[in-house]
Amino acid sequence: MNNSYFEILRPGINTTIQDKGRNHLYHVGIAVSGAIDQRNYKLSNSLVENQLDEAVIEFAYQGPLLKLKNGKINFAITGDILFKIIRKDLNIEDGECYKNYILEDGDQIDIISTKNSAYGYLSVEGGFELQKIWNSYSINTKANIGPNNGKKYSLNDKIYIKNSNLKKIIKRKINYNQFTDNIIRIIKGTNFDYFPKKAKEKFLNEKFLVTNLADRMGIRLKGPKIENNVSTNIKSEGLVRGVIQVPADGNPIIMLSDHGTIGGYPKIANVISADLDVVGQLTPGTKVDFKEVSLEEAQNIFKAYTEDTNRFLNECN
Amino acid sequence: MIKNISNLGDAAVYCDFGSEVNEIINTNVIDYFNHLSKLVKEKKITGITNLTPSYNKLIVSFDLTVTNYKNIKELIEHLIITENIKKNNKKIKIPVCCEEEYGLDFKRLVKKLNLNKDEILKLYFNKEYFCYMTGFIAGMPFLGDLNENIRCDRLETPRVKVPKGSVGITEQFTDIYTFESPGGWNIIGNTPKKIFDNKNLNQPALINPGDRVYFYQITKEEYLNWNE
Repeated sequence: MNNSYFEILRPGINTTIQDKGRNHLYHVGIAVSGAIDQRNYKLSNSLVENQLDEAVIEFAYQGPLLKLKNGKINFAITGDILFKIIRKDLNIEDGECYKNYILEDGDQIDIISTKNSAYGYLSVEGGFELQKIWNSYSINTKANIGPNNGKKYSLNDKIYIKNSNLKKIIKRKINYNQFTDNIIRIIKGTNFDYFPKKAKEKFLNEKFLVTNLADRMGIRLKGPKIENNVSTNIKSEGLVRGVIQVPADGNPIIMLSDHGTIGGYPKIANVISADLDVVGQLTPGTKVDFKEVSLEEAQNIFKAYTEDTNRFLNECN
Repeated sequence: MIKNISNLGDAAVYCDFGSEVNEIINTNVIDYFNHLSKLVKEKKITGITNLTPSYNKLIVSFDLTVTNYKNIKELIEHLIITENIKKNNKKIKIPVCCEEEYGLDFKRLVKKLNLNKDEILKLYFNKEYFCYMTGFIAGMPFLGDLNENIRCDRLETPRVKVPKGSVGITEQFTDIYTFESPGGWNIIGNTPKKIFDNKNLNQPALINPGDRVYFYQITKEEYLNWNE
């Protein structure tokens, strides 16, 4: 059986291929991209016995409806996702996340929606038949880089699956739980002192609303106006994932994986690395708090985050 | 010289070369960038994932599972910038059509600068520009410095969509929109030349920091018949 593929019967809102991301290109203006939620990305691969850096399908809010052609696959979905498996004989099964499934020729996966999160991941044992560009499979829709000519998937597109000799498939499952209290831990930004005491207090003590302007580039928040008494513009300089900029309107913006590589608004704070997955999953309408931690604390929290991820990964073996 | 090194979050080092924007400071930033890039390429240092030079800053991103702020900071502090880094700075000629449908903001510029269109173009074209940095969107070059008489603020309300190829000016700088993008610069023309090529894996950006750029004017006919 050659050339198994998914036929896209409904593309969903923003369906792309993602992986760990693409490094060493910030200086030409190309962002890292990669899965917004790196932990769930890795877990989806481990559920189907892939290398952890294999390419997966990332979807946002409404996911795709996919029909398998020419083959049999082992797949898993991670995230907080409502999905169904429509068998060839039209039997419909409710899907469960963090569990692997066998899909036969002609079966469909209907990823109806994410629940209390923005992104989900679909992995297939063996991965997809794609080419790496600059050492990554990630689709960067801003610079049209990566598989599918760097564009999100549309109706009738095909996603080819690598031929893998499915040996005896072992049932795998992770008892995943992710406690989220919507407290985002931050480190003071390089322009923290552009903001007077009162603005800093507002930033650290009041709640901020995630607006509809949230995508893979970043999240715009709305809250009490964060006033700035030095300058609302700085000379443009590099950005990284997790930077929180405050433009003249006083509403913070958090940079995510597809952010512009250069920006000219003052940086009030940076989200700590351990909280980037959770921040990326925030949905419009959620209220968040910011909590300051030191660099040393951030490094320790990241260690704990990595250990937690490994614990979930080990559960799978 | 680096004036101050601090952390940008927990996974990047922020090297501050001062607050001024000029070729000397920027060249120093680029020297550090080239030196570190070479070390990364030759695998003499591990953990660095990205280097982002700008006018007067250099951001060094690293993989927190491999290294940390203290290690990278020390590495940068002990770096001796040698002269033997090969400089491949190029001189690049860029055609620009400034006819009405491409030069979107002449009305505003004429009013703000108190010059007519021909005078603005004369001051814009007969000059060589220095590339300070590349980025924001893939391959977008930030060039300078403009003649003092044609420096103008950004648009009060930025455009939602600036057409691909647009050539913009603001303050002492000029840039080229390599993709359709939101933007607030004053658009004076459009280039048919490919400035970013994602098929060119070795050198996707035509214009890189340290390069010199010379713009020249073309007619609409030449623009439409442009062939690369």
